[in-house]
Amino acid sequence: MTRPVRSIATGWLSAPHFAPAVLLIVAYGVVPFAGSDYLLDAVLTPFLALGLAALGLNLLTGYAGQVSLGSAAFLAVGAYAAYNFNLRLHGVSFLMSLMAAGLVTAAVGIIFGLPSLRLRGFYLAVSTLAAQFFVQWALTKFGWFSNNNPSGVIDAPQLTVAGIIFTGAVGRYLFSLTVVVIATLFAIHLLRSQVGRNFIALRDHETAAKVLGVPLLRTKLLAFGVSSFFIGIAGVLWAFAYLRTVEPAGFNLDRSFEILFMIIIGGLASIRGAFLGAAFIVVFPLLLSRLGAALLGNVFDSGVLEMSQRIVIGALIIGLLIAEPRGLIALVDRLAERVLRRSPRPLPRSPQF
Amino acid sequence: MFDYQFFVEVLVGGLLSGVMYSLVAIGFVLIYKTSGILNFAQGAMLLFAALTFVSLVERGVPFWLSLSATLMIMVGLGITVERTVLRPLVNQSPMTLFMATLGLSYVIEGAAQLLWGTQVHGLDLGIDDVPFELGGVLISRFDLFAAAIAGALVTAFALFFRYTRTGLAFRAVADDQFAALAVGLRLSRVWAAVWTAAGIVALVAGLLWGARLGVQFSLSLVVLKALPVLVLGGFDSVAGAIVGGLLIGAIEKLAEVYIGPFVGGGIEAWAAYVVALGFLLVRPSGLFGQRLVERA
Amino acid sequence: MRLSRSLRAAALAAAIGLSAALPTHADEQFFPLQSYRVGPYAAGGTGFFGGFIDYLNLINIRDGGVGGVKLTWEEGETQYEVERGVEVYERLKSHPGVAAWNPLSVGIAYAMIDRIAKDKVPLITINHGRTDSTDGRVFPYVFPLLLNPYSETSGIVNYIASREGGADKLKGKKIVVLYHGSPYGKETIPIYKLLADKYGFSLGQIEVPHPGNEQQSQWLSIRRAKPDYVVLRGWGVMNPVALKTAQKVGFPVDHIIGNVWSNSEEDVIPAGDAAKGYVAITTQASGAEYPVLQEIIKTVYGAGKGNLDDKKRIGSVYHNLGIVNGILNVEAIRIAQRKFGQRTLTGDEVRWGFEHLQLDPARVQALGAKGLFHSINVTWDNHEGDGRVTFQQWDGTKWKVVSDWIAPDWAFLRPIIEKSAAAYAAEHNTKVRTSDETPVSQ
Repeated sequence: MTRPVRSIATGWLSAPHFAPAVLLIVAYGVVPFAGSDYLLDAVLTPFLALGLAALGLNLLTGYAGQVSLGSAAFLAVGAYAAYNFNLRLHGVSFLMSLMAAGLVTAAVGIIFGLPSLRLRGFYLAVSTLAAQFFVQWALTKFGWFSNNNPSGVIDAPQLTVAGIIFTGAVGRYLFSLTVVVIATLFAIHLLRSQVGRNFIALRDHETAAKVLGVPLLRTKLLAFGVSSFFIGIAGVLWAFAYLRTVEPAGFNLDRSFEILFMIIIGGLASIRGAFLGAAFIVVFPLLLSRLGAALLGNVFDSGVLEMSQRIVIGALIIGLLIAEPRGLIALVDRLAERVLRRSPRPLPRSPQF
Repeated sequence: MFDYQFFVEVLVGGLLSGVMYSLVAIGFVLIYKTSGILNFAQGAMLLFAALTFVSLVERGVPFWLSLSATLMIMVGLGITVERTVLRPLVNQSPMTLFMATLGLSYVIEGAAQLLWGTQVHGLDLGIDDVPFELGGVLISRFDLFAAAIAGALVTAFALFFRYTRTGLAFRAVADDQFAALAVGLRLSRVWAAVWTAAGIVALVAGLLWGARLGVQFSLSLVVLKALPVLVLGGFDSVAGAIVGGLLIGAIEKLAEVYIGPFVGGGIEAWAAYVVALGFLLVRPSGLFGQRLVERA
Repeated sequence: MRLSRSLRAAALAAAIGLSAALPTHADEQFFPLQSYRVGPYAAGGTGFFGGFIDYLNLINIRDGGVGGVKLTWEEGETQYEVERGVEVYERLKSHPGVAAWNPLSVGIAYAMIDRIAKDKVPLITINHGRTDSTDGRVFPYVFPLLLNPYSETSGIVNYIASREGGADKLKGKKIVVLYHGSPYGKETIPIYKLLADKYGFSLGQIEVPHPGNEQQSQWLSIRRAKPDYVVLRGWGVMNPVALKTAQKVGFPVDHIIGNVWSNSEEDVIPAGDAAKGYVAITTQASGAEYPVLQEIIKTVYGAGKGNLDDKKRIGSVYHNLGIVNGILNVEAIRIAQRKFGQRTLTGDEVRWGFEHLQLDPARVQALGAKGLFHSINVTWDNHEGDGRVTFQQWDGTKWKVVSDWIAPDWAFLRPIIEKSAAAYAAEHNTKVRTSDETPVSQ
């Protein structure tokens, strides 16, 4: 869990910043030494990648009120863009490839965000599926994207930054962690600027926002661009730090839904919510399946267990939505408030259609 | 030289495929119209219905008995969903409800496979799918049959909504939820009825699609074929679902055959979305959708 | 506070994962199974892993293990998804005595290629996987046993030639390949082109978008092209739909040839009568009449330890593939034990066993598998092992073998494979081996 920070610069010791600081210290100072390879490689690294993707989608959906079902496609764009920059432009550092991949994804995101100028709600959501299917088709169709690899599957190069090679579970984890922390700080900064205020105005009332002088078209496209930028970077982490191989089929609609789940379950319009949701969606099924196998593994085969888990997860999602439609983060805040006995903070509104 | 006969063949094949898309889309429309939910569990319901039916038949239960038993189960499912999912979530944002139906689809898919297993089943509805020629154009017997069933279903629903009390209530709720509430309509009852109706549509679509694909997990993926139909036809219009389905089916096939070869084929998966999108840019609420698609 | 809780949760997860991996006392050889019993490909997964486990059970019950070493396994559900497969790999890789990985999934196999090379454990991709991993000089730990995708392509063309009365009769014939719109589906496109040039048949290759539940336009195009044969390189639901749609446009089903992922009961049963007469390639015959299957029925199912819920599926295509996969794994361990001793072997020792996995037809008969599969001859630089293929026809209720054991054109394919492997080696700075030495770690 690397839920960073609102601002590190000010007030290290003040209460709201204390927890994030501790978190960062643990994430950097304790986890790499105490965590097993399994924990780092198979739990935390994918959590970081998907958490960043959820953060990206939350900017678009939670803050700016535009729904997208195409997140997985943007993950794929990021992954393949970084692969090709790295492959084709010699002498370009991996960090440059990473940034370039983010920018390419942002551009693609803006193109697929164009329908948002005319559409809203589910019409927009379904139209983003065009991105989902088109990107998958194009990546499979044109061998150039995968360097004409006969099976269309690419291998990730090593993560090298300024001569340091990040290998091993710890290296990949630290790399992902650092990228996610920087990206999160950037997101926080962005949300506090005029851009962030424009996003929220757009979400809360389009007409009113227009009256207030928010440039609607630009803001919408910017939201798609910024969100895709983050998701593209997340795609690079997913492909290069976690799976270390990429195939188009891995970026399917289910993955898009998964990311959407994260922000709805975690909490819309909340950075912490995105990571909380990612933790829930990544870690919880693993826990459940370990628990199921340990308790009932001798009685039922893995298929039955898996199917039961599916039911449990589905039911739990419904249950959570009923118990707290504003997401886990609202639950956590409520708990925290009860513990700290502070006056409640205003909770974010869910986006409207 | 342009081969007209072939063109007509592709067109007819596409229109008939479109009927099958419409059938899935209607299930979505019924629920969206009354409660503003994009019910993603429609695919899972379709799978559940077909799997239940085919498993009963394979266990030796006679055809009609299996059909009515499955129908009863779908009715039960609809009522349960209303009780346990919709009622507690009343007044939540459409997004939350959409997510709830995704969760619901996990539950239904899991339950369907837990109950009946993950095996692949064949489903024979007793219609031999041997094509016949009409003026040199091949036409599929099965597709015609499917179109007839779809037509009958739509007619039945139209009559139901026109002439029964529940049907009237349904239309009132679809027009204005709050006004309907204000005049004392029981929203929960209407919703239960609508989910039941969607369950019946799922059963019919599940059987027809199941006969084509076999009854297996992939059956739930046919919803992806229905989504562009919804965008084109409007989420809240049965007529739109039908016309949209026909249009999407025809355009998709023609595009694959005539444009596909130039870009390497396999474009069907997204061509439908592009067409629907292009259309929406001109008419943002679809063919027959109400202009007021947003809910403030 | 939140952190500590999640850390504790994660630690709990790790602990549960590890508790299953406590040190073993007696000699045991462990098979981590990335199985898939749920999801779109569950039917194949339950059959294959069912067969594999049934054979391992047979060896344990009948022989007390291999050379006194007990075989153990643990399943991790992947639903055929790559990241779940990776998670299972990371979870089970530290279990002591891992013999080999058998994912039966191209995507998962690819994600493991670097990982298993580092961990020095063999990766078995029977009948599928990366074609150039056949070159054991570059891929010391990967074994696409029996049949790689290129050999499959060549085998299918050779079969069509035999039906037409010789390779020279292929000239002027027309073959359409209908392939699944995925990397897997596209992998053989260049090989079909090469073979078309070599034999002079004309070729069309048409893509079916995933998942393939609508094929009207593709089959209308086929109808217009009037090919002599259609090769189905399908996957999952695409196969029965192809057969149904073929019937709809009036294409004769016995001129449709299925590839190795279009050859199971699950591919034809949903198509009903439309599948009657359909022909597909296979490396292992189906049916339960072989002695090894009879023993499994008697010894394993008799003891109530059978893995398949539905006994009707004993002897089905995937079940038999799982059994053959079990035979190959067990024999590799047996061969390695002869060199290294009857104890728990390391992954690298098992690799040595696979690199000397030579089962001639006599040995196959001794194993009770005569007619089930032909033979295998794996060497340190040929990791496929020259598997033969045969063709089976669906008669509406079961598969019937309709051809001899056919040999693909290995000599023609080898240079292509070596070229591709060399490119991989160059790209990854891999040292190319020159003998069956243990590879130096990279």
